[in-house]
Amino acid sequence: MMKASREAPAPAPSEEDIIVAQNLSAGYGSKAIWKNATFSVGKGEFVAVIGPNGAGKTTLFRLLLGLQHPLGGNLSLFGAEPKRGSPRIGYVPQHHAVDDESHIESLELVRLGLSGNKWGFNPFLQEDSKTAFDTLSGVGGLELAHRPLAELSGGELQRIFLAEALVSKPDLLLLDEPLSNLDMRRERDLLRLVDEVVRSRDVSAILIAHNINPLLPYLDKVIYIANGKVASGKPEEVFTSETLSALYDIDVEVLHDSRGNLAIVGIEGHHGDE
Amino acid sequence: MAFSWNIMADLQQMWAYPFMQHAFEAGTMVAIIAGVMGYFVVLRRSTFVAHAFSEIGFAGAAGAVYLAQAFSIPWLTATYGMLLGSSLGGTAIAMLSRRSSHRDVYVGIVLAFALGIGLLFLSLYTGYATEAISLLFGEILGIAWADVLRTLLFSIVILGGVAILYRPLLFSSLDEEVAEAKGLPTLAIGVAFLLLVAVAVSVAVQVTGVLLIFSLMVTPAATAQHLASKPSRMIAISVVLALVVTWVGLFVSFYEPYPASFFITAIAFLVYVLVRVFHHRIRAPSEHRKDWQDRALVSTKDYSS
Repeated sequence: MMKASREAPAPAPSEEDIIVAQNLSAGYGSKAIWKNATFSVGKGEFVAVIGPNGAGKTTLFRLLLGLQHPLGGNLSLFGAEPKRGSPRIGYVPQHHAVDDESHIESLELVRLGLSGNKWGFNPFLQEDSKTAFDTLSGVGGLELAHRPLAELSGGELQRIFLAEALVSKPDLLLLDEPLSNLDMRRERDLLRLVDEVVRSRDVSAILIAHNINPLLPYLDKVIYIANGKVASGKPEEVFTSETLSALYDIDVEVLHDSRGNLAIVGIEGHHGDE
Repeated sequence: MAFSWNIMADLQQMWAYPFMQHAFEAGTMVAIIAGVMGYFVVLRRSTFVAHAFSEIGFAGAAGAVYLAQAFSIPWLTATYGMLLGSSLGGTAIAMLSRRSSHRDVYVGIVLAFALGIGLLFLSLYTGYATEAISLLFGEILGIAWADVLRTLLFSIVILGGVAILYRPLLFSSLDEEVAEAKGLPTLAIGVAFLLLVAVAVSVAVQVTGVLLIFSLMVTPAATAQHLASKPSRMIAISVVLALVVTWVGLFVSFYEPYPASFFITAIAFLVYVLVRVFHHRIRAPSEHRKDWQDRALVSTKDYSS
């Protein structure tokens, strides 16, 4: 069986690439979660990271954020090794400490995204508030500004987190499962919003998701992580029976419905052998 | 002394006594720092930790009192023992329990051990009863001028520390993962915060005692959370509540034969209950929320068109 990374077309490095990974391996301690990943992400690209639970999707984010180091291979971000605390990255983690006891207004969280890493007492600069306010209105959250976080719905919260990530004007957005807990309509609204941000600000966005289908209309690229391997390319290149079979080491068939939605099916006979 | 309805005359009468002056001076400073630290304690869901500090500090205080007596060390007061105990305990808890869902268990284990040690020291100490009671329940009417000065010094340290940590502490309390990704040392911030809590606790126990520390460190801040939505305002309200509760408690205790810490805890609790009941009535949050989601939908539409 051929290696998945060879199956996907080798990315041609260009000057516009902000992320370049070559034979990258990642994991904890000496145990690799995935190996030999070669891919790139260009400026202004909207990229999805797809794969089953525990495949190491968030690990890729931790590498980019400089919170974890590669086990092998090369990873370059903005032409250098990733370093913790890069102001050029806007990050929306999967888990937030927001609950129904969070009485703090949304604007405050957005403002912390701008100046929360600065020491010293904040004299509550008007300038900070204005930047936070403008960012919030840029994601259609103007009316949420003075609402307590505890009262917001899932979709509204994602808007706030997006503003928190965007407020420092990053070049790269990392969104970890922003669609979980959203119904289909809010899912579509949020994806449109992210797409709009990517196109209008020339920001690159990498979004972790379980399901490719709602993302298909917007994506430039897919990074598919499964079974310790990584494949990347345009969605139509990655979502082929050959690529995914190579990734999973079993025969996989990719089905298309009349609207272009995809379904991935493992072939019965091989499944039974395992 | 009798209470009259001439408040000014009452206050004059009360402040004629140096011990009441000291009580008000120390009480005022304690209320301010408890109000400020309390906000972060509540925000970080660290109430149990704050409580544990006071009891670990109790072991240190009892040890200090015993050693001072046994070896005649006059400067070794309960406050220094408390400070040392709660700082060590705080660092241990912070390191042991980082991001652990079992933090409560660690805290409980350290706390139980510390209380046992405190009891041992108290039984070794011959002036057992009064000293134990004042450590456990506060002795604000027994505050000397030297205690007032020490309280002032500690208060400056705490407020200075909070001023420096303010934004990173708020950020890492609200959104730890993003704060970490932005390069903030979230573990170090957590330890620094707990050390400040340790200092605040060792100062505040003079007023409330070990067992009643929540009345100033938690209740006013928890009340304030329901009355504002900006951290700066929540802190301001928390401080004002702690001040009012302390002042009224002291005032009443001057005329009534019951302990000041009882009145302080009782008034703080009453205010909290009133705010929760009253607040619910006027605000009807569910109504608000629905209206809000409708408006959010409109704004979504505007955006995408």
